[in-house]
Amino acid sequence: MDFPAYGDPESPASQHVSPYYIEKAIEDTAVPNLVTAVLADYRGYDTLFETAVIFTAGLACFILLRRFRREPPQFRLYRHLDTGVTLIIEQGGKEPTDSDEFRRIDSQWVPYDLIMQKAVGLVVPFLQLFALYVIAHGHHSPGGGFQGGVIFGATLILIAISNDLRSTTRRISETISSKLASTGVLIYAGTGALCLLLGANFLNYSQLSKLIHVSTVMARSHGILLIEIGVGLAVAAVMIWIYYNLVSAGRHDEGL
Amino acid sequence: MPDLLSLFLAKYNYWVVIFLMMIGLYAMMAKNNLVKKIIGMNIFQTAVILFYVSIATKHDASIPIIGHGHNGHHAIHAADYMNPLPHVLMLTAIVVSVATLGVALALAVKAYQQHDTLEEDEIIEQLKTDYLSQQ
Amino acid sequence: MSAQFPALIIIVPLLAALFVNIAGWIRRSLCFPTALAALVVSFLSAVGLMGRVMADGDVIYRMAGWDPPWGIALHIDHLNGIILILISLVAILNLIAHRTSAASQFTNRLGAFYALYLLFVTGLMGIVITGDTFNLYVLLEISSLSGYALLGMGGGRATLSSLHYLFLGTIGASFYLLGIGYLYIVTGSLNMVDIAGILPALENVAPVKVSFILCLVGLFIKMALFPLHTWLPNAYSHAPNPAASLIAPLTTKVMIYIMIRLILTVYQPDFAFIQMEIAEFIQWLAVIAIIAGSILAYKQNRLKRMLSYIIVVEVGYMVGGFWLGNAAGMTGAVLHVLNDAMMTLCVFLAAGAVMSRVQFDEFKHLQGLFGKMPYTMIAFVVGALSIIGVPPTCGFFSKWYLISGGINAGHYAFVAALIISSLVNVLLFFRVIEISYFEPFANHHHSHNHHAESLFQEASLDMLVPLLVTAGLLIAMGIYAHILVTQFIEPAVLPSLMGSL
Repeated sequence: MDFPAYGDPESPASQHVSPYYIEKAIEDTAVPNLVTAVLADYRGYDTLFETAVIFTAGLACFILLRRFRREPPQFRLYRHLDTGVTLIIEQGGKEPTDSDEFRRIDSQWVPYDLIMQKAVGLVVPFLQLFALYVIAHGHHSPGGGFQGGVIFGATLILIAISNDLRSTTRRISETISSKLASTGVLIYAGTGALCLLLGANFLNYSQLSKLIHVSTVMARSHGILLIEIGVGLAVAAVMIWIYYNLVSAGRHDEGL
Repeated sequence: MPDLLSLFLAKYNYWVVIFLMMIGLYAMMAKNNLVKKIIGMNIFQTAVILFYVSIATKHDASIPIIGHGHNGHHAIHAADYMNPLPHVLMLTAIVVSVATLGVALALAVKAYQQHDTLEEDEIIEQLKTDYLSQQ
Repeated sequence: MSAQFPALIIIVPLLAALFVNIAGWIRRSLCFPTALAALVVSFLSAVGLMGRVMADGDVIYRMAGWDPPWGIALHIDHLNGIILILISLVAILNLIAHRTSAASQFTNRLGAFYALYLLFVTGLMGIVITGDTFNLYVLLEISSLSGYALLGMGGGRATLSSLHYLFLGTIGASFYLLGIGYLYIVTGSLNMVDIAGILPALENVAPVKVSFILCLVGLFIKMALFPLHTWLPNAYSHAPNPAASLIAPLTTKVMIYIMIRLILTVYQPDFAFIQMEIAEFIQWLAVIAIIAGSILAYKQNRLKRMLSYIIVVEVGYMVGGFWLGNAAGMTGAVLHVLNDAMMTLCVFLAAGAVMSRVQFDEFKHLQGLFGKMPYTMIAFVVGALSIIGVPPTCGFFSKWYLISGGINAGHYAFVAALIISSLVNVLLFFRVIEISYFEPFANHHHSHNHHAESLFQEASLDMLVPLLVTAGLLIAMGIYAHILVTQFIEPAVLPSLMGSL
């Protein structure tokens, strides 16, 4: 049979193009993590469209599911957190919107778990710090924009699961997450366009050395970091945007 | 016979990939529930991803991160590090498969809102009665 | 700046999609002008790029400054150049035509609609312009995902039809990915020209043959060649009109372009036609596709569904013409790609214009439309004549090349299928024209209000002007077909054909 054996270092797949990446990536880009160097520099054009694919998924979930409510509902339900009593307030009544003791809910029975809420609230800052670490250390360890962005998005989803969807939507509204997703991809495409305006081809980060006055090799390294930040921002925002639309089937009222 | 067995063992990654692909295709075709079909699609795409990752390995090679960092004094041999290119391609393919999964789930949620069921034969029955009542 | 045209064609719509999404949340009136401006820039860059290709030869654009095969290269020759112009032109005409109907159908989600529109067009143009096999897969998935979302947006049956399209489309794309993976494990490269240089010298040909079959089957699923076409009629007939008239003219034609590009550039015609020995089988498959598609189209009684089955027939023309393997057949296939995109756009825009006034598209609702919507129906008649193949519309010339290719190859079944399907198209379209011209106008939906009949009027101007421009282009492309063939298509197809056969 003509297929190369498993683990063969002499197979044609490892002969033609990849030895160049392994041997020359540090000289060209000063990034020890070869996967990040190839992903963000040599094949950065692919990664731009990969980020655009994630953005498309967010747009698709939004446009397929989102239902904007036209008129306000007949009555609203508020729960008193300490005693568990549920108030039904008809239209025209006075609603306890600013009080800490009352929380708005959407159906008669919604579980409220104090332990889960407080525990997640303690853990989430560390998770987010770790996510930022993964993005920033993509050069030296396995990681990068996608991985860190997904971890960050997962922390936001954790907040949405442990509290209810409505309080999370108040903190990070859908418009903010959609605009942040666009901004993330814009940082990536904008860096590439900046290199184009500075004279070379699209996504040729060595041109950034004209702006920040380092060698072309370090300019490539900094360009890679910049686009990883854009990718991380876009992925985190799209994760929470897809979550909002999928879990509430577009109505943005009560989630899981 | 031992020749066939050694042939099988040397290239077992391809057999695993084919096995997974067939499971995925079977789930997509034979199962009735929309979510099971979506899971089958995901298994199918994962099999293709595993195929690419499996051709990147080399015996006694380490992960594709140059350990010595920035001092370019040590010579870097290509046989010491795994092939980074299929890993890069598969990062992209994994993201694409997650995005497809998201769109498929959104469509399934929408179908559930319209028909109140996720079983495909029940949905087709409902569509048939709607069509006949319109005639 | 002219050296950057290849990049501008792709990134201007991509950046515009991102800005349009933000604008959808802030000020919705900015969405349409931004999208239109981006597509116009793309169209002008494509025209400029085609000029460079005709003056200087193939253009290779090194992305990120790295030489291929270590970096990604965009490779533009005559074949891509003309298809890039086609895609941007179809997108602009469709955008203008459906401005008001999109704004009324998707009020709150308009920003997302235009963003998905632009991402779809970016994906297609990226597929056409690239010279790297894996980059083609990523862009294929962008255009497919935005296509699934755009097609799934109508209510009712659109959801399930789009989900079926998603399943089949993902299988097709995964087969393509597996195929280029097999190519990678024997050549070690992802660049199309590089692979073409390595392939002839290889001894073990088995993985190459398997990869060819896998890529071909994946592309057949995505281009809806019979019997893998089952997703297409449902997906296109239940979709909302602004989406259907963008996706229907373009998707299958770009998939046929990918097949042509893989055979002419990567695998070389010698390998594909002679060594693989499947050319005969695919020619017969195309004949069956043409006959079966025509029969299925005849059984329909809804306009958009009938047009979708006609797309299946046209795919049979193009695949059969290309796999004949001679110069006339291939020229006919490429010319038919250009013509069919325009013809499908024309008839789908006409159907959209009709449906904007009459809510349904079943034949019994089309009575007497000639009197009420004369310009729309005249454009529809021009499109119908082009699909039938009547001179001087462009459809006649591409059928002429296909028939002479069939006669040269001695494949008379293909010639017979072409002629039979032209006759069936005559039946199909004259049925519609008879209902709309000879039957008296009967407005079923406002029968309680007899003011409505006098208020029923021609489609709005921003839908009518692109429709008439498209109909005019059909005639112009027919009159200048000789220039199209000699200046654009023969330089694209003949060198690779002569070089290897």
